[in-house]
Amino acid sequence: MSRTIRALAIVLGLTMLVAGCGSSSGDSASSSASSDGKFTVGFIYVGPKDDFGYNQAAYEASVAMEKAVPGVKVLQAENVPETAESEATMQNMIDKGAKVIFATSYGHYEFAKNMAEKNPGVTFVHQGGLKGDTKLDNLGTYFGTVYEPVYLAGIAAGSVTKSDKLGYVYAFPIPQTLANINAFTLGAQSVKPGIKVITIATGSWCDPSVQSQSVKTLLDQDVDVITQHQDCTKTIIEATEAAGAYSIGYHADASSLAPKGWVTGSEWNWTPLYTDIVKTVKDGTFKGSKYDGDFRVGLQTGDNPFVQSKYGSMVTDDTKALIEKAKKSFEDGGSPFAGPVEDQDGKVIYAKGKQPTYAEVETMKFFVKGVVGKIG
Amino acid sequence: MIEAVLTGAVAGGTSIVFAGLGELTCERAGVINLGTEGSMLCGALAAYVVGINTGSPWLGVLAGIAAGALLASVHAVMVLHRHANQIAVGLVVTFLGTGLTSLFGQDYVGKGVQPLESWAIPGLSKLPFLGTVLFDHDPLTYLSFVAVPLVAWGLWRTRAGLILRSAGEGPEVLEIYGTSARKVRWIALLVGGGLAGLGGAQLSTAATLNWSEGMTVGRGFVAVALVIFAGWHPLKLAGGAYLFSGAIALQLQLQARGWEISRYLLESLPYVTVLVVLALLSNRRIHGGPAALEKVFEG
Repeated sequence: MSRTIRALAIVLGLTMLVAGCGSSSGDSASSSASSDGKFTVGFIYVGPKDDFGYNQAAYEASVAMEKAVPGVKVLQAENVPETAESEATMQNMIDKGAKVIFATSYGHYEFAKNMAEKNPGVTFVHQGGLKGDTKLDNLGTYFGTVYEPVYLAGIAAGSVTKSDKLGYVYAFPIPQTLANINAFTLGAQSVKPGIKVITIATGSWCDPSVQSQSVKTLLDQDVDVITQHQDCTKTIIEATEAAGAYSIGYHADASSLAPKGWVTGSEWNWTPLYTDIVKTVKDGTFKGSKYDGDFRVGLQTGDNPFVQSKYGSMVTDDTKALIEKAKKSFEDGGSPFAGPVEDQDGKVIYAKGKQPTYAEVETMKFFVKGVVGKIG
Repeated sequence: MIEAVLTGAVAGGTSIVFAGLGELTCERAGVINLGTEGSMLCGALAAYVVGINTGSPWLGVLAGIAAGALLASVHAVMVLHRHANQIAVGLVVTFLGTGLTSLFGQDYVGKGVQPLESWAIPGLSKLPFLGTVLFDHDPLTYLSFVAVPLVAWGLWRTRAGLILRSAGEGPEVLEIYGTSARKVRWIALLVGGGLAGLGGAQLSTAATLNWSEGMTVGRGFVAVALVIFAGWHPLKLAGGAYLFSGAIALQLQLQARGWEISRYLLESLPYVTVLVVLALLSNRRIHGGPAALEKVFEG
C-alpha cells in the first residue's frame, strides 16, 4: 500500500513539474503592486516571448513602449492559452493594478470581452479581433494591414524570379493566410502577369520536418522564390538559401539566415501603435477615440505596424521604384485588392473600380487567379 | 514524381524508424513506452544545444542519444520499481519531455547549428532512380538502413535478443533461469529511449537544422502506433514509417502540382494510408505481441 502511495506521490510531483514547465503563464506576471504610482499596463501572449515571430514582435514593442511613455510599468505573461484560463491571468494583472490590458492573440478576444464587461474601469485592447457592434466603451481592437507589405514583397519576388513560379508555404487556409497569398500573387503579377504562385499548406504553424520537405517539393516544381506564413520561419529560409533560391521573409528580419538569397520581407513594428494607445488611455481619452472600435491601420493612415524588411542586393533600383509607387498608391487610399480581381476560376470577385473593405479582407475566402492550390 | 515521393519517404521516415525501433525494443521486453515522443524531443534539443556549443554535430548526436535514454529512465524507475501504470507514466513522461525542452530550449530557438551534412555515397548515388532515393542522404539515414536489419537480427539470432524477448514473453521463466527481468527491461528502456533520442537528433541536426518547441509534432506517437501495427517486427515497422512519410511527401507533391483534391483528404492521407495498408497486410488478427506486454511485473 505504502508503495502505491509513494508511487502516486511521484507521479503527482512529476505532473506538477510538467504543469510548471508547460505554462509559465499568469503568475509570472512580473513583480509588485501599483503602489509605486505608476500607470500599469498588462500584456498577454499566446506563445513564448522569444519565438522569432509574432509573439516576440509584440513583446519587444511592449518593452519599447514602456521606455517611450514616462511613468508606465508593464506586466508580462507569455504562453497564455486561448481559453478561460486567460481570464484568470488578466484578473491577476488587474489585481496588480493594471489599467490597460493588451490581449495579443486572435483567440484571446472572447475572454478579453468578458473581462471588459466585468471590469468597466479597465481598458482592454485586442490585437486582430473584430468588435463589431459590441457596446463596450472600454474595449477596442486594432491591427495592421498585413497584406500591404506582403503585396510590396510580391513585387520584389516578381522582379527577381526567372522561372515565373513562386512558392508559398502556409499553415491553414484562413482569411489572413489567404489574403497574404493573394496580395503576394497580385504584387508579383503586377510585374509579370503570367506568374504562378504554388502553395503548400503544411497543416501546422510549425512542423520543421514538413517545412523542409515542402521547400524541396516546391523547388522540384521549378520555383525559384519561396515565402511563407508560418510561426517558425528558420528551416524554410535556410533550406531555400542552401538550394540557391530566393527568400522572402515573414514576421521578422531573417536576412542573416540568407546572405545570398534574401530579397525582402515583412515584419512587425508595433511600438508606435502601442505607445499611442497607452498614451490615449492614460490621458483618459480612450472613449470616443479611434481606438474604442475596430481600429485598422494601413499605409493610408500611417504607421502600419507591419512594415517592409530590408532589401537584398539583387533588388534593382527599378524594382524599388515600382515598390515605392505601389506604396504611394496605398498611402493615397488604394488597396492591393483593387478590382478587377478574379478568383482561380476566372470569376470576378472585386469588380473594376471596387476595392474590399478591411472587414471583407479579413473574411476573405478565395484564391486569386494564378495561385496553384485548393482551399477546401 | 515517384522518385521525389520515395526520396521524401526515406528522408522524412528516418526519425520515425529510429523512434519505432526504440519503442519496439521496449515492447519486446514487455514495456510500453509512450514517453517516446518526449525522448525524441529531448534528443532533438540536446543534439541541437550540444551541436551549437561544441561545433560538432556528432557530439550533438551522442548527447541526443543520452538525453533520450535519460528521459526513458524516468519511465523505467516509475514502471519497473514503482509498478505504476505504464500508459499513464508514459504520457506523463512525454509531457515532462515537452515541458523541459520548451523551457530549456527557449534560448536556442532560431540559433544556427553546424549541420550533419548530406553525403552522397560515391558510385551508388549515381545509380538511376535508386541513387537519389537511397544514397543521397545524411549519415544517420544510412545508419537507420543498417539499424533495422541489425535489430531484427539481434532480436531473433542472438542470445541477448532471446533474453530480451523472454522478458517480454515470460518474465517469470526468465527469473527462474536466474536472469533479472527488471534488469533486462531497464536495458531495453535505455536503448529504446536512446534510439528515440537519436531519431530526434536526426530531426534537429540533419533534417531541419532547427529547434522549435514541440518540433516532433507527434512523430513519437506515430512510431508507437506503427510498432503495434507492424506486429512488433522491425522490417514491417520500417515499411510503415516509410509509408507514413511517403504519404506526407505525396500529399505535398500533389498540392504543389495543383491537384484538385480536398486539402483535408490530403492531410489525412498519411494516417489513412498506414491504417489501410497495415490492416490489409495483417489479414490475421493483430497478435504476436509480447505476452507479458503491459502486465505489471512484481519482480
